[in-house]
Amino acid sequence: MALVLNEDQKLLAETAKSFAAKGAPVSRLRKLREDALGFDPELWKRMAELGWTGLPFPEADGGLGLGLADVVCLTEELGRTLMTEPYLSTVLVAGQLLASAGTEQQKAAHLAPLIAGESHVALAHAERTTRAALDGIETTVQSAGSDLLISGEKRQVLGATAAQTFIVVARENDGLSMYLVPRNAPGVEVVRQWRIDAAPVAIVRLREVKLQRTSLLGSAGGARPLLENVLDRATVALAAEMLGGMSEAFERTLAYLKERVQFGVAIGSFQALKHRAARLFIEIELTRSAVMAAARALDAGAEDAPALVSVAKARASDAFLLVANEAIQMHGGVGMTDEHEIGFFLKRARGSELTFGDAAHHRGRFANLNGF
Amino acid sequence: MSDLERFRADTRALLENEVPKSLRGHGSDPEAQIWGGKKERRSPDQDAWLKLGIERGFTAPTWPKEYGGGGYGKEQAAVLAQELKRLDLPAPLTGFGLSMIGPTLLQFGTDEQKREHLPRITRGEIRWCQGYSEPNAGSDLASLQCSAADRGDHYIVNGQKTWTSYGDKADWMFLLVRTDPAAKKQQGITFVLVDLDTPGVTIRPIRLISGASPFCESFFENVRVLKSNVVSEVNQGWTVAKALLGHEREMIAAVFGSGRNAARAGSVVSVAKRQFGQDRVPDPVLRDRLAQILMDEKCFELTVQRTADAARAGRRPGPESSLFKIYGTELNQRRQELLCSIRGPDSLGWEGEGFAPDALQQTRDWLRSRGNTIEGGTSEIQLNIIAKRVLGLPGD
Repeated sequence: MALVLNEDQKLLAETAKSFAAKGAPVSRLRKLREDALGFDPELWKRMAELGWTGLPFPEADGGLGLGLADVVCLTEELGRTLMTEPYLSTVLVAGQLLASAGTEQQKAAHLAPLIAGESHVALAHAERTTRAALDGIETTVQSAGSDLLISGEKRQVLGATAAQTFIVVARENDGLSMYLVPRNAPGVEVVRQWRIDAAPVAIVRLREVKLQRTSLLGSAGGARPLLENVLDRATVALAAEMLGGMSEAFERTLAYLKERVQFGVAIGSFQALKHRAARLFIEIELTRSAVMAAARALDAGAEDAPALVSVAKARASDAFLLVANEAIQMHGGVGMTDEHEIGFFLKRARGSELTFGDAAHHRGRFANLNGF
Repeated sequence: MSDLERFRADTRALLENEVPKSLRGHGSDPEAQIWGGKKERRSPDQDAWLKLGIERGFTAPTWPKEYGGGGYGKEQAAVLAQELKRLDLPAPLTGFGLSMIGPTLLQFGTDEQKREHLPRITRGEIRWCQGYSEPNAGSDLASLQCSAADRGDHYIVNGQKTWTSYGDKADWMFLLVRTDPAAKKQQGITFVLVDLDTPGVTIRPIRLISGASPFCESFFENVRVLKSNVVSEVNQGWTVAKALLGHEREMIAAVFGSGRNAARAGSVVSVAKRQFGQDRVPDPVLRDRLAQILMDEKCFELTVQRTADAARAGRRPGPESSLFKIYGTELNQRRQELLCSIRGPDSLGWEGEGFAPDALQQTRDWLRSRGNTIEGGTSEIQLNIIAKRVLGLPGD
């Protein structure tokens, strides 16, 4: 489990980096933050053509069968330009849930078009009081003859703007269940939400939505272990995305420190700024190690993988916020303007921090996993 | 079986059968380390292990055989280190001879110097110390003033060195002296070797806030040093010093990244469990701090591993290794502070009754840890190195 990239991984990262730089510059966030869909469907098609929407799926399902150690090379570069395309929610969360728990019929209906880049599916789990991934879920399922009625309200559903289908998490049998709910089913209402980070999210209201029992994904009341595993994997991919975001914010700040002149010298010559820049470098290096190790541990099914996931997410959360805050401070007044792009990184850092559990949540989880 | 596998099997058998079993489990125990030198009092078991280590070339595995080394390759040396770790054995010999002056002499020394000094290092006969810092030359090392006046075939050295680690236990010192007071500060410095038994040398321990005295101050009064003890050229000492600092950084990185810290971090959890009499740490703030330390520890270890993996893949370690010094030392300080917080008033003891021996030791360790971010290049100097050499930020 060496913490180095192989040639294929380097190539994937390089391809993704130039793809994002050319096709998805940070500047487009100004349009996307007011866009109903919140991302570029044409770009998504090209990502599918490159095979990226099939990256983590078994070849039997039409995927490329790659591991998380490969996936993080991609998401890091997507994070570098703060891309909003719903790669995490569609491919790494919904897609992985379908691949792991879907029947052949469900896979044919939902996973195959997803891999082809033709459709989106979104996991609807978070609710009004949710802080980390799987708490605060109150959505209910009732029997209605041979059918089921599902009711609840999901908030900030990632990837919801484009999803044709939702995987709705509900309480059932003292556990959690997942149901496939079509966006156009009677009783489903999708209301766009506008976040600081321009994420393509929406409220999904479910008012006694009638479902056939075959809509169940996985087992009734038994979804928690699978959800935890899939969300762990997505969490590491997210931490990699954050690593890309913080690396880019740092590199831009470093360039600014070298070019901005005050008192007749580049401000990067001041020790008060130099030392802080060096500290940011250290934080980013540590984050990279944690992300690489967590991805490899999950691929290997290592016993300490869940703990390493928390290490990676907690560190990425703290480091991205620190880097983004410092980036604005070091840019001075111009860093506070909407016209400058550096502020986008802070907004993304906050959005990512609160996705799949913040640093405090993951420290608590780490403590639990380690028995203290 | 490949040669390397055979080497591993032979080494394992040797370590299991012939190294005194009392040394097992003491790999990172300061008391168990063998430093060598004329003043060291070793236990019979330590003596036996040193003797065996010398015979097998294990004291300096990668050094050439002609100088008392093992003549082993890097891979074999790595296998040896792994096998020592497996039984948690101390190395057969440690110290600045092996980690600092030896590699420097191999790089810069004359044949005569190598023949004279290296075998005595590998046999644990001579213990070395470093004379760099002075009372007025700390972070600004190049401003050092300890002078060496040219007297034909020898120099007369006058001045003072400080922060000489284990100077009172050493036999020889490598030091930086000013041979050209008129030259620009980096250019008038020479690297010399001095026998500490030479008349005019006085070594005095410095008592630290922790009560311990790992450092000394060293005084030189008309000390005669033969010119054959100059390493490299006269007035070229700064180049040698910088190379040696590189060896020192590697050593420090190895110390802080050796997994020794992991064992200690684990012990923080057991201290907390004992202190609170239950598995779950009841105070949520302490619990969060504990998790934070363990997680940061993990990130640090993984970064050490990533650097080692990159080195194996052919990438040379660069100035970014300064981060190990900064982060490793700060982690140790935070760990010590957390331990004090966990122990509460039990952490206030200096000595005597009413305090557990391990609490007394830990309080001393906490006080000692404040020095970690100063010695071997302050954190601020390391940050300067990263800013300049890794990030390319302009000088001031």
